[in-house]
Amino acid sequence: MFYIRLFATYLRIGILGELEYRANFWISLVQSALDLCVALGGLAVVFSHTDTLGGWRPEELLALVGVYFLIGGLIRTIIRPSMTKFMDDVRQGTLDFTLTKPADSQVLVSIQSVEIWRLVDVLIALPVLAIALIRLGAQLGLIDTAVFAVTLLSGGLIIYSFWLMLSTCAFWFVKVENIQVIFMSMWQAGRWPVSIYPAWLRAVLTFLVPVAFATTVPASAVSGRITDANLVGTVALAVAMLIVSRWFWRVGIRFYSGASA
Amino acid sequence: MFAYYPIYRGYFRTSIMMMFQYRIAMLIWLLGGIIEPLMYLVVWRTVSQQQGGAVGTYSTNEFVVYFIAMMMVSHGTFTWIMWEYVYRIRMGQFSVMLLKPIHPIHSDIADNIGYKFLTLIVMGPTVLLLAWFFDASWQPTYWSLAAFVPVLTLAFLMRFYLEWSLAMVAFWTLRIDAMNQAYMVILLFFSGKLTPLTLFPEIVQRAADLLPFRWILAFPVELLLGRVTPRDLLIGIGAQLFWLLAGYLFMQLIYRAGIKRYAAFGN
Repeated sequence: MFYIRLFATYLRIGILGELEYRANFWISLVQSALDLCVALGGLAVVFSHTDTLGGWRPEELLALVGVYFLIGGLIRTIIRPSMTKFMDDVRQGTLDFTLTKPADSQVLVSIQSVEIWRLVDVLIALPVLAIALIRLGAQLGLIDTAVFAVTLLSGGLIIYSFWLMLSTCAFWFVKVENIQVIFMSMWQAGRWPVSIYPAWLRAVLTFLVPVAFATTVPASAVSGRITDANLVGTVALAVAMLIVSRWFWRVGIRFYSGASA
Repeated sequence: MFAYYPIYRGYFRTSIMMMFQYRIAMLIWLLGGIIEPLMYLVVWRTVSQQQGGAVGTYSTNEFVVYFIAMMMVSHGTFTWIMWEYVYRIRMGQFSVMLLKPIHPIHSDIADNIGYKFLTLIVMGPTVLLLAWFFDASWQPTYWSLAAFVPVLTLAFLMRFYLEWSLAMVAFWTLRIDAMNQAYMVILLFFSGKLTPLTLFPEIVQRAADLLPFRWILAFPVELLLGRVTPRDLLIGIGAQLFWLLAGYLFMQLIYRAGIKRYAAFGN
């Protein structure tokens, strides 16, 4: 409860900060719309020449695009700005201020900066997902919906834990911001189901950079092609990564000596 | 013309030394340039395999070669100037460039070429590895290989003038992100980056003929694939020369108006 109030506070600060720059909302809107053009335009061209792509029907890929925008939006709204600020703090020694606050440092660091205009991606994702779900229609029962929600949550947590572990490396290597850019360029490959990629690339997108768990897996839950093993595996991985990243964070924070004081 | 030779030599030396300082940033730019075409390669290869080995006039193997060639041409012609210009103006670095008795575009061209040569160390093996992974087979004709050199050079120059001109919008507004992104989307659809242009509806293809983008990317790529007849080659080079001239005039025009607007922030 305390942490929800804390998050609400950061959200309010984020909103107040960004309301100063209202034009940024329109810019974000244009940017997200352009991203959507690329995603949907690509699908349109592909499906003008084929009925299915690696066994995926158009509406299933539309659901994948929806998931891609939803998770991508959350990354850009909270995870990326917060982690960027964290890495800056480590470099400049201002992380001391966060550490002295009477709350869990990992939580503080993870929600400390919210770029609300980036929520436009989420707003765009919802109608896309809704249209895909309606067109998939009849087959989708209550259980499928629950499975979808669980995989979406797990995928989000996996990405978060992964990003936290990468950022934690800043305690040792200081300059690691470039890792985020690498992640975002790999992320765009998640617009397509990972099953179409050749084995070596699929391995990279699944285990080296866990894009597959955040995009393909939830989308395959919607289209009813997820196996029980996949579902259990994804949830287990999410839990494991949460625990490992938490442990790694504590190791890192013990190593931190402060750069300013 | 030859008066520029020693100047460029100096520029190359400093730019290569600078880039060694930013090795990681360099590799990251490169990664983006590899992943995007690789993604479309995989998508179209999958479609083609599903359709029994060909889509339109492209066979599965040709898709593979097309996108590997696209990776090279795209890398060879791309510029980062539309992102750098705004930074340059905001930080007042542009003032220093204005003081030099030579047009600032020359140091940018030298920087870009220096980067391209350095990154060949990574790009070359990547292309070979991908060709091997995807089992690409490619039999070029000698004349198209010979023609590729001037065609790629023209493509590089016309893209440089075009993007250098667009980058100067930064003189009027520092909020260029959305505009840059819109440019990238137009480039994606009309240059053949997303898919070979013949797979688009007729009307998109005709629009692509009239825009500069296909002459920057699709034309050199199709030439490498041996899909360009000698007659089309002449038409293509004509289009490239036209856009190069247009880009040059455009650049001069905007530059003159732009430096009048420039107010030197920073120092």
